[in-house]
Parts: sequence; structure tokens; C-alpha cells
Amino acid sequence: MTAPIETTGSEAEAQPEAVLAGVERKAIQGRSLGQIAWLRLKRDKVAMAGGILVVLLILMAIVGPFLVGDPNEPHNNLIDPTLSRPKTGIMHSGISADHWFGVDLPAGRDMFSRIVNGAKYSLLISFLATMLAVVLGVFFGVIAGYFGGWVDTLIARAMDIFLAFPLLLFAIALVGVFPNSAFGLEGNGLRVAFLIFVIGFFSWPYIGRIIRGQTLSLREREFVDAARSMGARAPYILFRELLPNLWAPILVYATLMIPTNIIFEASLSFLGVGIIPPTPSWGGMLNEAKEVYEIAPHFMFFPGMAIFITVLAFNLFGDGLRDALDPRSSR
Amino acid sequence: MGDNVSTSDNPAPGPEETPPDAAASEKAASEGAAGAAAAAAPVKGTGRRGETLLEVEDLGKHFPVTQGIVFKRQVGAVKAVDGVSFSVRKGETLGLVGESGCGKTTTGRMIMRLLEPSFGKITFEGHDITHMSQRDMRPLRRDIQMIFQDPYSSLNPRQTVGSIVGAAFRLQGEQPRQGVRAAVQELLEMVGLSPEHYNRYPHEFSGGQRQRIGIARTLALRPKLIVADEPVSALDVSVQAQVVNLLEDLQDELDLTYVVIAHDLSVVRHISDRVAVMYLGKLVEIADRADLYERPMHPYTNALLSAVPIPDPSKREGRDRIRLQGDVPSPLDPPPACRFHTRCWKAQEICKQVEPPLQELSPGHMAACHFPENTTVSATDLVAKAAVAPGPAPGPADSPVGKD
Repeated sequence: MTAPIETTGSEAEAQPEAVLAGVERKAIQGRSLGQIAWLRLKRDKVAMAGGILVVLLILMAIVGPFLVGDPNEPHNNLIDPTLSRPKTGIMHSGISADHWFGVDLPAGRDMFSRIVNGAKYSLLISFLATMLAVVLGVFFGVIAGYFGGWVDTLIARAMDIFLAFPLLLFAIALVGVFPNSAFGLEGNGLRVAFLIFVIGFFSWPYIGRIIRGQTLSLREREFVDAARSMGARAPYILFRELLPNLWAPILVYATLMIPTNIIFEASLSFLGVGIIPPTPSWGGMLNEAKEVYEIAPHFMFFPGMAIFITVLAFNLFGDGLRDALDPRSSR
Repeated sequence: MGDNVSTSDNPAPGPEETPPDAAASEKAASEGAAGAAAAAAPVKGTGRRGETLLEVEDLGKHFPVTQGIVFKRQVGAVKAVDGVSFSVRKGETLGLVGESGCGKTTTGRMIMRLLEPSFGKITFEGHDITHMSQRDMRPLRRDIQMIFQDPYSSLNPRQTVGSIVGAAFRLQGEQPRQGVRAAVQELLEMVGLSPEHYNRYPHEFSGGQRQRIGIARTLALRPKLIVADEPVSALDVSVQAQVVNLLEDLQDELDLTYVVIAHDLSVVRHISDRVAVMYLGKLVEIADRADLYERPMHPYTNALLSAVPIPDPSKREGRDRIRLQGDVPSPLDPPPACRFHTRCWKAQEICKQVEPPLQELSPGHMAACHFPENTTVSATDLVAKAAVAPGPAPGPADSPVGKD
């Protein structure tokens, strides 16, 4: 049953090499859970469609602004001065070969260019805010779950307080007292940093409590005891044993948090405390469109659709990711 | 040193409390007798005998039960283990049996220092490791390893077999002569797995194979003592035999000492040299394997043994199946004096008042009972002895608040 294990003597020196050679020839590679999840994800057509859309949206946000025209260039010649609406296009939207999504009012700026440039801010803010939330949430969640006791009590209560915060009102109030320049930033740069901070800082408890719960259950698994019985210190257990098992929920909740943050950013911009006009943003465009939606419904339609499609794509992808990573939670 | 099993009738709050004189003299007497018994006992396997590797004295673990949210008030304690003493000699296998919740796993985890003992003393190779800091404990960890119960939760699903088995080398900062990879592959071969499994993940293996991976990890640092917590109870019966045989082969090859925790009496009988029976946090009997299975003294052991199924129906005739009445009492509030008296058919008034000390009733065979079976020592002798022995332990019912 057991192979000889004595390793003294010369023949034992040769043995490991023979073993190694055998392995390299056969090269049996196990499939990790990540690889299996990827195979499962590839079979999920809806999730893959969502994923492809997400990739396209990201590409659009990164390279799009270089390909489309200036989003702030007015095309006054396209606006009918008496009726104050675009002269041409379907339903007087100004849609043409030059302006795929028409032009806005009253300046006649190219909508397509504004949507593409708006994607840049929308995605940038929601991605970075999500990253901030994930980093904070995972850090505090793991610490609370692993160490327990008063540390856990403290962090869990802090999360409850954060979750009870009226975030939207708080953000609006904070913008009012925020200086125009701080930390070497000003104008929109400062506003973007502010949005990332506010959204990220107030949404980490959502992911934090999920990670805390997962850590609580993982902590009781015997492989943690096995590591401890071999003399592992807390950082080793946290980073080598627990964190790899937390990637699945982290990934899923991060993917599902991005669309929430997109909507949040759009809401703030809509309310006038987000991106400062004339820099294009989807929420800001909706705000401008609400004045004129009766005569120019396309002005509201395209940014609305942009938000809708982006959020839908991320949600479909996130749901598929969850199904792929955790097959037990099937619908 | 021999069977140094001290009496555990005095659940002392402090670990260092000196035993009363009567108990000390009795302990000394039992030491001598046990030593003689050990010399005479048939030696199984090839391990070197005699030297005590692990010694556990009056070990206990009380889990506090608290009430209240902010200001936690202790309202009681689960006396999971309440004064257990035994010793394990080099090369032998001690089986620790008992039904669920009797504290055997807690005992094992205290030996591993995964749980902090509430009181008592653990000595490993002469070092008192009872309250050793984790930092000081770290180098000793390589000598004491544990095989876990559940092969599904004891292997990290995100790590490859190579990384799981090799973790011990990384954690102890040891660089095997032939390299970690080759060392791990040797270990895999040793436990009957293919070295090609190095890059595989735990979910690609069956339960038996997973347990072998766990054993390979345990062996990586060549420990002296292995605490096996129900090593086969999660496995198929057919696979159980393979793993038990593997453990025995490894013991011969590597001169290992085992503390095997199990509830399966046939597994324990197969693998153990000596067997200790636990009931509700206390040891009730400890003896050489053959002695215990053939001449069980404690009624509880008798009941346990009578519950072992006999495969041959013709032999089943005429066997007295002892059926215990009722459930195991709660360890929150264990019965006073003899903890088994609520379910014992031999129980008398004294069992409710005087806790029977764990004492040697025949060479190498200790039991904690006022009315033992299969022994020449009469009940009246024991009762007389108990009257002389240190006064009855304070009934746990009198002091519901934990002593730790």
C-alpha cells in the first residue's frame, strides 16, 4: 500500500528526478474551481452577451472619446430658432449621418459624442468607487469575521451606521460645503474624486457584511485549523487560506455593485451635484432633457437608454458570474 | 514512566493545585503497578516503548455560556471536558472513544492547542505546552500534527494538492533536501496516491483520496505525535479499512504515536494499543485494548460494547444487548458524583453522592466506578476506599457558574 519512504542512500537521490520526469511527460493539470467556473460561464449565453456588452462599453469609454467629435461643439445651424428644436431628422431629432443620435437643445451639440464621453465618466466613477468599496469592504469584513469579539462588534455596528446614512442627501449637502479646489484638484477633477469617495465610502458596508458572513463560515472549516496546527500566523490564514475562497463573492458583488454605482452617479449628476456641465454625463443630460422632453424626446431617450443598457449588461453578467461561481445557487 | 493516570475526582480550578495526600499516594501506587503492567503487556507493532511522549493531567475545557448583549454575564459553562488524565507512550496508539458530545474532539483540539485549556496540564516530551504562547508553540508544531475528521472541509478547495501538502514546509520554513515538489510527491506516494496528482485540486478526488491527502500533509514534517480526530468516520466502510491500514503501516514505517479519536469501537479495536473511554467530559475507563474489550469494567463500556453489531446472526443469539435509558445529560449541568448514574442500571445511592475515582482495578486497567464488573475487587472494597479518599467533588449543580 505504501511506497518505500526511506530517503537516505544514493538511489533516493535519483528517485525524485524520475518522479519529476514522469510528471512532466504526463503533465496532468488539475482544473481549478476558477477554470471550471469559466467553462460554466462560457456556456451561459445570456451572461456572455452581457459580458461582451460590458467589454464593448468599456472599450467605448476608453477609446471612444478619441474617435468621436468634440462633445461641446455647438451646431446652431441645425436648430430651428423659432421653434427651438432641430430642423431635420426623424421627429425633429437632428438624426443624420453626421449626428447618429441627433443633437441636443438648445446648443445643438452632437448627442452621440456626448453619450460616448459621458460613458467615460460614468464608468470611471462607478469602477473606482466600486474598487474603493471592495477594498474597504473586504478588509473590514475579513477582519471582523476572522477575529470576531469586540473587533467584530465594532465593525458590524459601524457598518450598520453607514447603511443607515441617507447617502443621497448627505452627498448633496456635502457638495454644498465642498470647496472648489482641494487636494491639488479643481473643477471636474475634484468632483470626480469627490463622487468616487462618497459612493465608495458609503457602499463598502454592503460588500463588507457579505464578506464578514462568508469569513465567519470559512473560519470554522477544518483547513483553517490545519493551517493553524502547522503554525500559520493570522496574515497567512487571511491571505492564503481565506481570501482565495472569497474571490467568488467579491467578484460577483463587485460586478453587481458597478451598475448600482452607475445609477448613483447618474442620480447625483441629474440632481446637479455630480459632473459639472458642460462636461457630458448621462445624468446631467437627463437633467437638461427634462426641460424639453415634449419637443425633443430623443434628448431623454438616448442617455436613458445608455444607462439602461449599461446597467442591464452589468447585471446580466454579474448574475451569470454568480451562477458560474456558485452552481448551488441556481435559479 | 508508566501509566501515569492520576485520579480525576477533583476538578481543581487552578492547573497547578497540588493533589491531596491520599490521592498522591494512590497515584504513586498506581504508577508502580502500571509500569509493571506495561512491561508485561504484549507489544504491538515495532515502535519503541516505554518513554512517555504526551501526558495529560486533569485537563478541562469549560465553554462559558453568556447572557446579555453589551455586558455579557456568564450564566453557566458547558463542561465539555472536565478533568481528563492520561498518558501516551512513544510508538503506541491510544484510542479515545465515547459517544458524540462526550468531549473527545475537544480533548484532541486542546492537545493540538487549537483550543485553550481551561485547566489542567499538557506535557509533550517534557515541555509543558498547556499555556505556551503560539509563538513558542510554533517550532513544536512540527512534532504534533492532526488528521481531521472531514476530508471535505479539511482541504482548501482553492489550493492544489501540491500547495496543500507543501504548506507545512512553507509554514515551518523548511527547505527539503530534494525540493518541495519532490518531497510532496514522495509524501503522496507514501500515502498511496500518484505523484502526478500534484497539480490537482481537492474536488477532483474521492473522500478516501482526500483523507490520504490530509494524511500526507500531516506527515510532511515527520511529526512524533499524530492526533487523529475521527480519521475514518466520514468515509465509506470499504475505504475506512484502507485508511486504517494505511495509518498502521505508516506507524510502523515512521515510528509514529497516535491518539485516535473515534466513536466506532471496531475501528478503535483494530488500531489501538490502549483504549480510553469517555463519558460526558470524564474518562470512565482506560485499559489495554484486549483487556478492555474482553473484560470491560465500567457499565458504560459494557453498554457501548454490547451495541457493536455482530455480523454473524448465529452468534447474535444469547447476547445481552444493554439498552441505556434516556439521553446523555447536558454538559451544562452534568449529574453530580458519578456522571453515569442517571443511566446506569447498577447505580445506587453512593453513585449519586460520591464520585468514583479513576483507579487501577487490575494491572494496567483503570476504571471509575463503584460497582465495576469483571474484576475481583468487590464493590464494598471500593466503597470503603471511596470513603477514605478525598471528599466528594463539589457537585457541579452547586456551582453552576464556571470555575475558570
